[in-house]
Amino acid sequence: MSNLRIHEGPATPGPDVSRRSFLRTGASAVGGMAALAAALSPLRELISNPSISVDQFLQKHYREMTPNEMEAALTRIRAKVEERYQVRPHLRDVRAMDGVEFAYALNLSRCIGCRKCVHACVAENNQSRSPEIQYIRVVEMPRGTLDLEKGNHHYERPKVPDAAHFYLPVQCHQCANPPCVKVCPVEATWQEPDGITVIDYDWCIGCRYCEAACPYWARRFNFAEPSVPKEQINPNMAYLSNRPRERGVMEKCHFGLHRTREGRMPACLEICPTGARKFGNVLDPSSEVFEIIKTKRVFVLKEEVGTLPRFFYYFDERYPNALDPEALAIGEQLRREEGEAFGAAPGLGATEFASAASRRDGGRA
Amino acid sequence: MKTYLQFLWRCFRLSFVGDRRYYAWMFVLTAFVLTGVWAYCRQVMQGLCTTGMTDQVSWGFYIANFTFLVGMAAAAVMLVIPVYIFKNRELHHLVIFGELFAVAAIIMAMLFVTVDLGRPDRFHHLLMKFNFPTSMLTWDVLVLNGYLLLNLHICGYLVYCAYRKRQPGKVFYIPFVFVAIVWAISIHTVTAFLYSGLGGRPFWNSAVVAPRFLASAFSAGPAFLILTLTVLNRFTSYPVAPKAFMTLRVVVAIALSINMFLLGSEAFTEFYTDSAHGASAHYLFLGLNGRSALVPWIWGAVALNMIALVLLYLPVSRNLRVLQAACVMLIVGIWIEKGMGMIVPAFVPTPLGEIVEYLPTLNETLVTLGIWAGGLLVYTILVRVTVPVLEGRLTYDQSFAAATEAGGSANLHGPEGA
Repeated sequence: MSNLRIHEGPATPGPDVSRRSFLRTGASAVGGMAALAAALSPLRELISNPSISVDQFLQKHYREMTPNEMEAALTRIRAKVEERYQVRPHLRDVRAMDGVEFAYALNLSRCIGCRKCVHACVAENNQSRSPEIQYIRVVEMPRGTLDLEKGNHHYERPKVPDAAHFYLPVQCHQCANPPCVKVCPVEATWQEPDGITVIDYDWCIGCRYCEAACPYWARRFNFAEPSVPKEQINPNMAYLSNRPRERGVMEKCHFGLHRTREGRMPACLEICPTGARKFGNVLDPSSEVFEIIKTKRVFVLKEEVGTLPRFFYYFDERYPNALDPEALAIGEQLRREEGEAFGAAPGLGATEFASAASRRDGGRA
Repeated sequence: MKTYLQFLWRCFRLSFVGDRRYYAWMFVLTAFVLTGVWAYCRQVMQGLCTTGMTDQVSWGFYIANFTFLVGMAAAAVMLVIPVYIFKNRELHHLVIFGELFAVAAIIMAMLFVTVDLGRPDRFHHLLMKFNFPTSMLTWDVLVLNGYLLLNLHICGYLVYCAYRKRQPGKVFYIPFVFVAIVWAISIHTVTAFLYSGLGGRPFWNSAVVAPRFLASAFSAGPAFLILTLTVLNRFTSYPVAPKAFMTLRVVVAIALSINMFLLGSEAFTEFYTDSAHGASAHYLFLGLNGRSALVPWIWGAVALNMIALVLLYLPVSRNLRVLQAACVMLIVGIWIEKGMGMIVPAFVPTPLGEIVEYLPTLNETLVTLGIWAGGLLVYTILVRVTVPVLEGRLTYDQSFAAATEAGGSANLHGPEGA
């Protein structure tokens, strides 16, 4: 490669030769530029339709914005949402309340695996419908184990009543010792005073280190431009929660903070037909979660990884061998009313999305 | 200052001068680079959905190549240590080619991380909010850039001194050489800690990852340098002593033995314990629930490494052709073992037990080939410029034309194909 046998040095004398070499150099330079232009051609769209504004480019980190700067950012985002979805959003920056630390408790004896929480979450939080992003994954587990590798993520319809299985919904556990926060190189994700780990979608650089670090597979990445139909957009939005995301950033469950920080319950809890989900302020001794954590035999997933989750599971000691009969009755009724739709598996899930993307891409290499 | 700018300008001009084979090689590399640029532009416009990555397997080909290349960069010390600590003579004037390769490898590694970002337009956030020392990724940013600067300084200083016909001042480079030795080990250790520090990924959460990375790097890196020296020997008049190859052969053989031993230790722990932690290793070596995309790859890698190891220990590899074949085999073997065999299985099954397989897409492969071609382009230019300078054919007091003309005649007396 480093051959030094030079036959045509650039300083060869003679007018004819130098003209020829000039033409040759010129022709290769033009050819090179043309090839470079062709290589850059996919960027053409960017010039006619720039996807980010100067204001957004210069926007500061969430925790470093002054109130005025935050207001300017909110105004910019509102305008963008209105332009894109023709909806005037009720967008604000909802801060954590003093003296509050949120916790979730889930009664596995009452979960019937109907996946209503999954869909309610998608609707509430403006998650992309195509490609499909969901924060909650319900795993159908065989009785007698908590080994997640034995679970089934893609069950068609829940088999209830079925003494051989139970259903395990998993979402962000809002750990007190979150590995995802630790690994983020740009502090785009952090734990709030009320225990919720949030993401500044305008700060994330999309390296996906947090996704690799999470032991609960709670984080989702926008591999493509997220899409939500205009008529399905939820205009009740907060900066740190469900405002529309962009391509190339992380997102995840935030315990519905635009609701819960204003005293309401998360959408996944409200929709739950059997009341398996309990949520509240664990610092308040009169709250339901306080009572459950104090009196029930609660446990957390993967305690050995030391993440200290704020998401607790428990089985109801009254029904050691089957689901709660009351929950089963509700399940039966839903099955009759909803027919095929009962417990419908998510449509184009992340797995299918991958193969769809590769089809679009013209086959795998 | 003026002389220095003239030096850079002459290096630039020299990189466009060569014979037909040189032009052909550079043309092919440039074509791959431009194809890679085109594919990356597509990725920027559409998002990382142009890759085979998913939420389940969220790192793939890019991070695999990044890991491999950090190791290749670190491997320059396997030339530096014999020369500067054990005062090896045959390798003395060859060290610089290892250091130059470190420069090219670091550039490639950094490009691989950059193309893996979902939002490259926010790269400056890294400068504004740097989560140091908590995030291992920030450590990696520091050590990689530091290593790049160290090597640029050492090579640049030595080459420029040769250009000025000056004796290099020891104070100006020897301390940096010794810092670079420790630094080289640190870059690959930090890269290993990036993975082994994650408690949620049992496949990576092992103390043997960093030693394994170093061992595999210290065999693949010098193996690549053996191939480089072969090319140098074949196409230039630069003197490469046959003994240099034999020294490197020993280095490669020992490092590869340690690597195979560590791989075996890892496999024993996973399979004899047979706990739930071993699911990823099962997937990698045997397949899991009927999914076995990586099985042929890892066994292929093990086979290549084992054959290379046997060849390296037999006297037959004193023959340069056999030695080259062994080097090619082990580079490919380690690239598979450390790239796809180390990064992908940690994601299969997911922490929630789901099994989703990963294969790179065409677009992703084109970007990858583009970066590799770009790195080789950089390395070719660096070597192409360095050789005449070190041979004293391109110096400040000679005209540029004299340098290239002299290069032509010097080569006629060179040890062609020796």
